[in-house]
Amino acid sequence: METEKGIVGAMRNVYIDQINCVTPLGLDIEKSWEALLTGASGIGLVQRMGHFADFYAATIPDNYINPPFDALPDVEASFSRLEKMMILALAPILEGKKISSRTGLIISTTKGNIGTLKHGDITGAQLPTSAHRIAQYFGLETAPIIVSNACVSGLLAVMVGRRMMLMGRYDEVYVVAGDEVTEFVVSGFNSFQAMSSQPCRPYDVGRDGVTLGEAAAALSLSLDTGSIAILGDASINDANHISGPSRTGEGLYQSIKGALTEAGLTAGEVDCISAHGTATVYNDEMESIAIERMNLSNVPVNSLKGNFGHTLGCSGLLELVMLAKSLSNNIVLPTKGLYTIGVTGSMMLPQERSTKLLTIGIKTASGFGGSNAAMVLRKVGQHA
Amino acid sequence: MRSPHVISHWVSLADRQINLDGDPIFDAKGTGFADFARQVYQFMEISYPKFHKMDALSKLAFLGAEVLLGHAGDNEKDIALLFMNRSGSLDTDLRHQESISNPDEYYPSPAIFVYTLANICLGEVSIRHQLQTESCFFVSDTFDADLMYNYAAYLLQSGKSKKVLCAWVEYLQGDYRGIFYLVEEGKGVEHHMNEIKKIVIT
Repeated sequence: METEKGIVGAMRNVYIDQINCVTPLGLDIEKSWEALLTGASGIGLVQRMGHFADFYAATIPDNYINPPFDALPDVEASFSRLEKMMILALAPILEGKKISSRTGLIISTTKGNIGTLKHGDITGAQLPTSAHRIAQYFGLETAPIIVSNACVSGLLAVMVGRRMMLMGRYDEVYVVAGDEVTEFVVSGFNSFQAMSSQPCRPYDVGRDGVTLGEAAAALSLSLDTGSIAILGDASINDANHISGPSRTGEGLYQSIKGALTEAGLTAGEVDCISAHGTATVYNDEMESIAIERMNLSNVPVNSLKGNFGHTLGCSGLLELVMLAKSLSNNIVLPTKGLYTIGVTGSMMLPQERSTKLLTIGIKTASGFGGSNAAMVLRKVGQHA
Repeated sequence: MRSPHVISHWVSLADRQINLDGDPIFDAKGTGFADFARQVYQFMEISYPKFHKMDALSKLAFLGAEVLLGHAGDNEKDIALLFMNRSGSLDTDLRHQESISNPDEYYPSPAIFVYTLANICLGEVSIRHQLQTESCFFVSDTFDADLMYNYAAYLLQSGKSKKVLCAWVEYLQGDYRGIFYLVEEGKGVEHHMNEIKKIVIT
């Protein structure tokens, strides 16, 4: 009888190879990154969405998405708007790649095509329906894995990919994440009184809630190619409250600690942190406490929610690819919307863009259900 | 180093019945899930007021974990949670959608909206058993034994978790099915894809 399979890659690295994204700031990674460098924000006033008028969100106009999508080979008009965004994000990464039974696809989303419920289409809102359409478009042989774990989904999806590779299940994994701004989500956050009255202001003394956003982001994971290595990760639940973070930041603290331990690094070796920073009172405060507890108070931290809004199941992956860009370019980005620091935990929040030699970066995320995630990246010379 | 991980216990909640390690331990009267859940709650002699505020998916996950971890009966807190289903939180999504479908009766509720995320049921189980551990919610058309097996084996072998509670926990419009199994060191059936399939896909 066979015994349980062992970790084959215990001493191996998984690398982030190629990255891409589709955001209100640009339809690919380079355009989005260039816009970030200028301090641009995709947040604007949405005049009308169903029941709601005049609220802030970072949305992508349909006429941005359709022309490049229609230019892709073999596309049908029947793809949903979200599927188009996800395919646009993944297409340049998968172009010309060899696909086998050892190629994995992981899809991260919280709400998928939830808009179809408005028309009574339940099947259309089932996440596997959409995932299979995307996998089929790219001709993937394995069933796509779907991670739907609130606002840590995007980062957790990369962790799942890495871990499946370390188990020897896949040789390469493609991860794509996406979520849309819909009336479904807007009405829910609004009922929670969690929506900002102005473009969100992460960590600011005057922060008053999230600004929703929409985007898709994608990356490929490789065992031998790529300039960013994933050295460690962890995703630890607060076990405290379903819709509020732990006051002590326990789950996030343990996630960062676990990821650093696996990486074999100490807090003093970390060069920068891309945090979650949703601009809700409790989330940002919790993060500041976890960061201070981890002795990371002297490490520059940012939140990109002021640029992209909160893109839910996409945010972790979108911000991870931007952290990869930061490391590659030795650029620390500021937090847009932050004027006066308003959290009690000690943390370094640069208000200007700066250049600094960067090697080790941490990406964190936290979300409803008590979820947290942290991942440690190391910039290496271009591998292979 | 390969550790001898086994499936120590498994529990199913389906068709008004609870089975533990393959044997029936409870048979409910009535037909609907609400009836079933209430009777299991009483049968298990649970006193946990928050239970009554949960949506059906969380109740199903909560009760399955209650039977399994209650039976496993130790105080280990390092138990990872890997849950999977087909419909995510769609049942509660429909309730939220209903509350915003009529402009004249527009009443979205935060108490419902919070459950429009599939992983909330993981959070409920974590809170109940104080599990500050690894967790992940997967969505799949059918039970993905390959993923569940490999991911659980990774968590155990990497030392990220001591035990893993894996579950298929599906609820949509009254239809429910929950299958829960615990992977750990000790006695039981081998942690193997074929054994997992035998337990979950019946």
